[in-house]
Amino acid sequence: MSSEDEFGGSYTVRGRDFIDAGLISSQIKKLLKDRGIPEDVVRKVAVVTFEAEVNIISYAEIGTINFHVDDKAVTIEAMDKGQGIPNIDLALQEGYSTADDTIRDMGFGAGMGLPNIKKFSDEFEIISIVGKGTTLKSVIKIVGT
Amino acid sequence: MTLYQLKEILKAEVICGDEKLSSVEVHTAFGADLMSDVLAFARSGCLLITGLTTPQTVRTAFALDIAGILICRGKLPQPQAVEIARELGIPLLRTEYIMFETCGMLYREGLRGCICEIHAGEKSRVE
Amino acid sequence: MDLKVIQAELGLTPQCGAERLDAEVTGGYAGDLLSDVMANSAKGQVWVTRQVHQNIVAVATLKELSGIIIVQGAMPDKDTVAKAEKEVLPVLTTSLSAFEVVGRIHSLLRKA
Repeated sequence: MSSEDEFGGSYTVRGRDFIDAGLISSQIKKLLKDRGIPEDVVRKVAVVTFEAEVNIISYAEIGTINFHVDDKAVTIEAMDKGQGIPNIDLALQEGYSTADDTIRDMGFGAGMGLPNIKKFSDEFEIISIVGKGTTLKSVIKIVGT
Repeated sequence: MTLYQLKEILKAEVICGDEKLSSVEVHTAFGADLMSDVLAFARSGCLLITGLTTPQTVRTAFALDIAGILICRGKLPQPQAVEIARELGIPLLRTEYIMFETCGMLYREGLRGCICEIHAGEKSRVE
Repeated sequence: MDLKVIQAELGLTPQCGAERLDAEVTGGYAGDLLSDVMANSAKGQVWVTRQVHQNIVAVATLKELSGIIIVQGAMPDKDTVAKAEKEVLPVLTTSLSAFEVVGRIHSLLRKA
């Protein structure tokens, strides 16, 4: 892949807009598939962006999801203005959740969101300030290129 | 088994993807109402059995290249979910059987879990 | 068939309520939406789920379910175990997926 083949995109996510949860994940997945990114990489990106979307919708006023692809990796950044996470170690534990019933009725909020993002990432970073918001970065390597 | 056979076994109604019934085959399944669990553990090419009828069910299936969705407990998928399944070309079926019966009947016919065991902290493999 | 047979055949780990493993299992219910289980499960069924928070005990007790099997390697919350212990409700865990657990229990119940 040459440097001209680097590409990316940016999407705005509105908090509490549950009906469209997963839409950005679907759109990014289609784009990556069309560009011939390996299927397993595309699936990982789809899972990470899906959970990132659900997190922003569930816990923030507004957020942004950016992705960037080069010949080595797909980098995803999700930033939001929201309530933030008081204890990140706890939030990264499978099963730990502060979700309400609306989120649970959607089939989310069982404490698998951040663990899933971490699990499907080759590199993962998260910074959160209570009352301000959360920023997370996930890198998924494109193997064999 | 093909989705057509599955439809016959479960007396299922086909909501969309009629044209794919004979060509799409499934050998494995994942049953869950929690989409985060599906995202964590389901595998491409499996059948998703769920009672969750939202658009997120379909988008989750799309994220993982799941072969088809079977809504159980006699529930009707939300109109938006049907629209998205059509747009993304994912077969969507529904059956009156509860999830326990649905999984049990399909297991008897040879379908197996797309993942058998999960150990704490295991790194999910996406295949 | 009692819960003990299912526990032994599937190699499930009892987390609490082991003294009630002789409870008769009349059938099964699988699901993760509490309102659905509340509405549709029936007395004597064993409940297969991935939910772990303490409300599952309230649902199972109210509906007189024979026990709860938590699947996919998930562990019940501390509060869940404490509550189930008080209600003498068997809670068992397994690393098997829900589909596999249900498939195997379904076969056992048919043979019985």
